[in-house]
Amino acid sequence: MKRVNAVVIGAGAAGGIVAKELATGGLTVVLLERGKWYTPADCRKDDLRNQRTTMLGNAFGPDDAGNPRVWVDNQGTAHLALPSDGSYQNNAACVGGGTLSYGAQAWRYMPQDFKMRSTYGAPSGSSLEDWPISYDDLEPFYDKAEHEIGVSGDYSGTPFHGPRRRDLPMPPLPPNREFAILEPAAKRLGLHPFHLPMLRNTVAYNGRGPCMRCRWCCGFACEVDAKNGSQNTVIPSALNTGNCELRTECMVKEILVDDHGRARGVAYFDERGHLREQPSDIVIVSSAAIESARLLLNSRSHLFPNGLGNRYDQVGRHLQGHHYTGAIGYFDFDTYDDLGPGASIAVMDYNHGTPGLCGGGMLANEFIRLPIHMVDRLPQGTPRWGLAHKQAMRQWHKRSIVIMGPTQQIPSASGRVTIDPGVLDKWALPVARFEGNVHPHTFEIGDIQAKRAQAWLKEAGAIDTSLMAWHPEGVSAGQHQAGTCRMGDDPRGSVVDRNCKIHDVDNVFVIDGSVHVTNGGFNPVLTIMAIAYHASASLLSNWKGTAFRS
Amino acid sequence: MRRAGLKIKLTRRQFAVAVAGAAAVVGCHGGRGGTWEFLSDAHACTLAALCDQIIPADDFPSASQAGAVNYIDRQLARHYQKHQSAYREGLDAADQISRQHFGTGFANASADQRFQIALALEKEHRAFFDLVRQHTMESYYGSPRHGGNRDAVSWRMLGLDEPPLRGRAQYDLRNGNGA
Repeated sequence: MKRVNAVVIGAGAAGGIVAKELATGGLTVVLLERGKWYTPADCRKDDLRNQRTTMLGNAFGPDDAGNPRVWVDNQGTAHLALPSDGSYQNNAACVGGGTLSYGAQAWRYMPQDFKMRSTYGAPSGSSLEDWPISYDDLEPFYDKAEHEIGVSGDYSGTPFHGPRRRDLPMPPLPPNREFAILEPAAKRLGLHPFHLPMLRNTVAYNGRGPCMRCRWCCGFACEVDAKNGSQNTVIPSALNTGNCELRTECMVKEILVDDHGRARGVAYFDERGHLREQPSDIVIVSSAAIESARLLLNSRSHLFPNGLGNRYDQVGRHLQGHHYTGAIGYFDFDTYDDLGPGASIAVMDYNHGTPGLCGGGMLANEFIRLPIHMVDRLPQGTPRWGLAHKQAMRQWHKRSIVIMGPTQQIPSASGRVTIDPGVLDKWALPVARFEGNVHPHTFEIGDIQAKRAQAWLKEAGAIDTSLMAWHPEGVSAGQHQAGTCRMGDDPRGSVVDRNCKIHDVDNVFVIDGSVHVTNGGFNPVLTIMAIAYHASASLLSNWKGTAFRS
Repeated sequence: MRRAGLKIKLTRRQFAVAVAGAAAVVGCHGGRGGTWEFLSDAHACTLAALCDQIIPADDFPSASQAGAVNYIDRQLARHYQKHQSAYREGLDAADQISRQHFGTGFANASADQRFQIALALEKEHRAFFDLVRQHTMESYYGSPRHGGNRDAVSWRMLGLDEPPLRGRAQYDLRNGNGA
């Protein structure tokens, strides 16, 4: 197979950007994706089979057949997890990755989020740490992501964001009814509500039209292609350069290493299951935190017997996502106008600055309100079944509001991805295995966030409320998975350097949420995109014709 | 009328009651085309009775009237194959409780007896009961495309647009305000 400059593994949020940046810079790129390329025509609006509500499976991969993982409980017992199980921690497997079906909240982390350890100190048992780069380092790349991929919203209502060089390129959507109910209540509480940022067209942008305001958003592909992901922005741009080839349904087996400890390409199974080798000058792993760690750990050789980049047993550690908590408010008037995308209003007042808490998180109203979700969200005391349950569904479905948010997780080294010694996937590759738990301080913060959501709902006139606070066993990762290939200056305590290059190997990079040292109290995708632009810029500046010089 | 698996000798009066009871449980005999994909007719009747305890009829149809058994049977042959043995054993247990206490199968018990049996199942076979509860809710409140929620009855009950032009109803398309 013809040698190329770069192989990018994974066509998600980061991989799409890296492919486009490198191809635009003149490098030849092969972009490998294990899933398929879906289009807006594949939007089924199926409430039992989508990327968030998965009773009948995931709409955008992976399938339950042949793609298992394993999780280990507190007694040390291993359990098989299928992609439609919550314990699988699934994101997606398709061109666009999570960005095809995400809700598309487009948050920048706050300056403090990059300095968690120096701001708060590390709680006992945690691996809370500072990033080696700052908000200011990433600001130009946040800006680039906002304008190139396309973000709408209005930050003018909140003073808590970091410095910005300019406004978002698109205005917010007009408020829905929940916004109108929640905004004055938040102001009465002294909070600073605003139109949250979304990777969503509210006006024509990038050659595509605006949101039609259906509420089938988070978990679904966009029927009118108004939601901006890598599949409808940077990946088409990458292909248009003529320098990038996208190969779908290709599963990478391992990164191949030569006798000098440099990567020489990848071995992968193509769409027919044939094992192939793609030689390349550099290899970029952008498969999201769980699969990126798995690929490095599965890339064993005599020079790297414990996996690539894993000399100090760091690959797979510090796995984190977000701990979601909140509250449901029940009202004696209709709150629901079915006006998408649902989530519309947020506060950043609780992300930092509470004495005794290491951080916090953003709070916003929820995305989707499917009847099947309401089944277990009725007021406390409602019978679980029978006529009273049915009538409560009728009473509350359009008279309730959910406020929730992603509590910033306190990472720990023991919450991790390893390789299961016995379980193989359909390509006979060893699968990811989850060990450890969420650090308990995360739950303390989450419980307080739930009470804050409850107070906001009460102020808005809720006649009854239920808390959504829980302390689940096992790791938390899911769509917001991060942290398994931590970025750092010390090779003994991290996997990649500040430019996302693996410490151990000169020409292998991990560019995705894996490198996040901490994961902010926000949806992570815009940070993943900013990191991808940042790392691509550094890579291109070090590219000397036909080889990478570090 | 075929009553597979029912081995109770009925008096004339009991038979009349049983027929009336079975009539109240809609859709337990043969799925589309007359055969279930997974369930036996007897299991389907028992399941229908249980689903209707979870979502009974009022102004709007019961779970089985809206196609719960159809949904569950179809999924047991597809995505829920992993739950096949739980259903076999659980439905047998339901009938066993019914026979033990009331001398008749679940589907033929009186309304009050069925409620008692459902309570006993929830207490003594919690995992199975929760599975049926979850799947019944999915059938009733989920998309009609999977075989439940016949005629989108639950969505109409909740006051949602049907057909689900959700989010588009606010546009007055006559004035050219569409997206």
